[in-house]
Amino acid sequence: MNSNSLVSIADISKDEILDLLDRARYFEEHSNSKILDGRIVATLFFEPSTRTRLSFETAVNRLGGRIIGFSDPGTSSSVKGETLKDTIKMVSNYADLIVMRHHLEGAARYATEVTDIPIINAGDGANQHPSQTMLDLYSIYKTQGRLTDLTITLVGDLKYGRTVHSLLMAMKYFKPRFNFVAAKELAMPQEYKDFCDAEGIEYTETADFSPEVINTSDIIYMTRVQRERFTDPMEYERVKDLYTLHNAMLDNSKPNLRILHPLPRVNEIDTDVDDNPKAYYFEQAHNGLFARQAIITRALGINIR
Amino acid sequence: MKNELAVAALERGTVIDHIPSSAVFKAVKILGLENTPHAVTIGCNLASAKLGNKGIIKVADMEFDDATINRIALIAPTAVINIIRDYHVVEKHPVALPDTIVGIVRCANPKCITNNEPMATKFDVVSREPNTVIRCRYCNHSVAGDQAKIL
Ligand SMILES: [Zn+2]
Repeated sequence: MNSNSLVSIADISKDEILDLLDRARYFEEHSNSKILDGRIVATLFFEPSTRTRLSFETAVNRLGGRIIGFSDPGTSSSVKGETLKDTIKMVSNYADLIVMRHHLEGAARYATEVTDIPIINAGDGANQHPSQTMLDLYSIYKTQGRLTDLTITLVGDLKYGRTVHSLLMAMKYFKPRFNFVAAKELAMPQEYKDFCDAEGIEYTETADFSPEVINTSDIIYMTRVQRERFTDPMEYERVKDLYTLHNAMLDNSKPNLRILHPLPRVNEIDTDVDDNPKAYYFEQAHNGLFARQAIITRALGINIR
Repeated sequence: MKNELAVAALERGTVIDHIPSSAVFKAVKILGLENTPHAVTIGCNLASAKLGNKGIIKVADMEFDDATINRIALIAPTAVINIIRDYHVVEKHPVALPDTIVGIVRCANPKCITNNEPMATKFDVVSREPNTVIRCRYCNHSVAGDQAKIL
């Protein structure tokens, strides 16, 4: 067990979050620092995810580190049929750090228990994806100049969307106000509303993506509404366009408003929003590089500055 | 009515009393008594003022450490442990639910790592009152204590 591992955003304190944001800001200015010279990072993608893997591998490469690993266990016969424990122990002999993605929930937590090198969770099924949360926090911080006292509107699939759940939990330190905008079938689960109540976080809940909600928001966080989440296909057809953002809907929004989306999008943000200066989702993805450089250097115990 | 008459008196050993009848055989399994060489007496559906009816397990010549005996707290929160020496109860205390439950409960989430890897499950007790709620250390799925599936 290595205490620099990052499995869930809920494992780290407010100070650690602020330290990671500080590091991310540093790497935005010094993206090509060669501070991982001689370090080897293993990227183990038991489940393929090109987007996340490229972001992590770019982060390592720009810091001068080396990468070993695999991007699809199907191509790696030695991993197939081997227990996760054995794979992690084997790789621990070679690497200084493991970045792993796995389709099974809890895989990264278990990995931390069988090795002494740090583990970064790059997604474990529907469970946790803390580097996504860090890049979301960094994007909010960068565009608003602060994390405290913001009105954040979460739209779309609030039931299954792990990114919105993790963001909600991480924001508990920063006195946010949330608007939950979703169809009834995809509403925010009770346990997260209980969490808000316990933490004293204000929220509203509505199925109506109304001008009132949009025009009072500092951040609108859009998520994908997937057909397969609905038990009734008719219900999907009825609601799918209600949670699509069009440029005209932003006419009276606050000047500091920014639109976030974890990407990839399907049709929940119309392409006519892309040229609006309030559209931030492409830069948001770019921030993932700095957030991951921050997480990697923290995991390796490297101090910057 | 004296339940003690229903089963033989114990010279030395442990009596686990006030177990819900429905949990008796689970408790036997959790404590590994299926394979013990010691004399084990099991009673079910005995009259009880407290529980309506209760179960009881008597194990001769054996005492359990707290960590072992508390493994049954999840399924038998009302259980009371009596340690017998020389036909006398020398110690009597209720079971206590530990903060972490290792290797007893199966996670109900089929996509949980614990259901796909040879490893012990681990649940953290996240609520004790009014109802016990436990949460999988790995996948974070929560379940009410009385709904938990015993391995
Ligand atoms: Zn689980």
